[in-house]
Amino acid sequence: MKRNSKQPLEIVIPIKMKDFKAGGDGAARIKQVLQKIGFPPDIIRRVAIAAYEAEMNIVINSLGGEIKATVSTDVITIIARDYGPGIPDIELAMQEGYSTAPREIQEMGFGAGMGLPNIRRCADRMTVESKQGQGTTITIEIYNR
Amino acid sequence: MKLSEIARQLDLQVLAGEKELEREVSSGYCSDLLSDFMANGPARCLWLTLQTHINVVAVALLVGAAGVVITGGRQVAPEVCRKAEAEGLPLLATKYCTYEVAGQLYNLLQGEK
Ligand SMILES: Nc1ncnc2c1ncn2[C@@H]1O[C@H](COP(=O)(O)OP(=O)(O)OP(=O)(O)O)[C@@H](O)[C@H]1O
Ligand SMILES: [Mg+2]
Repeated sequence: MKRNSKQPLEIVIPIKMKDFKAGGDGAARIKQVLQKIGFPPDIIRRVAIAAYEAEMNIVINSLGGEIKATVSTDVITIIARDYGPGIPDIELAMQEGYSTAPREIQEMGFGAGMGLPNIRRCADRMTVESKQGQGTTITIEIYNR
Repeated sequence: MKLSEIARQLDLQVLAGEKELEREVSSGYCSDLLSDFMANGPARCLWLTLQTHINVVAVALLVGAAGVVITGGRQVAPEVCRKAEAEGLPLLATKYCTYEVAGQLYNLLQGEK
């Protein structure tokens, strides 16, 4: 992949609801691109974790959406956007251990309520915006330094 | 220790990724919660889990695990094995429970030090 250092690279991955088979493919693609460029392993790990958690939250909780990664030399930005239903109480959702995952999802190993806290730990900046009935946008920035 | 040696000593059945068994294993991690392994699983570790779902492969690859051991004699669907094979991820299985496998693995890896 060719990259002009002044021109950020953009990767957009559509995410389908309940598509567990493809779940994680988006994060894997972003990881691959960062490895090719040669980012440090700890930065790649943080981006991969954040992208994966955001991706699986879209798969499990939303009607579908997309993950967009913008990669420049100093910062990697991930914007995870979905089409609803939105998060009613963001503060509550951000708490470690809080999950609305139903039993069958829990049995698959999801629903520890660790996804959003994991993203926060990996991110240098994180914002969550959500409108009930419209959707959720999570913006994650990870600085390369 | 090489994964092939661990597989031999712990009598693990190889379901996929046979060609990648010469990898070095740094440590082990036991978890059935994907987000927990994602957050805390060390790179190049052997992941012991009961989960057999296809997302286990994706998570193991993202973390950079040396391989996955499915414990407790659980059946693994062919599509999960195929995905692990395609991605070059060693996928192993055992009838023993996580506790027993972890104890033995711990002894093996400690014995090396
Ligand atoms: N994109 C989203 N749309 C709607 N609700 C969401 C979304 N993301 C998260 N949530 C809500 O926030 C809760 C907490 O999310 P979080 O990722 O922290 O945990 P989890 O997905 O339930 O479990 P884990 O990530 O540990 O498997 C979810 O159970 C869900 O109720
Ligand atoms: Mg989650």
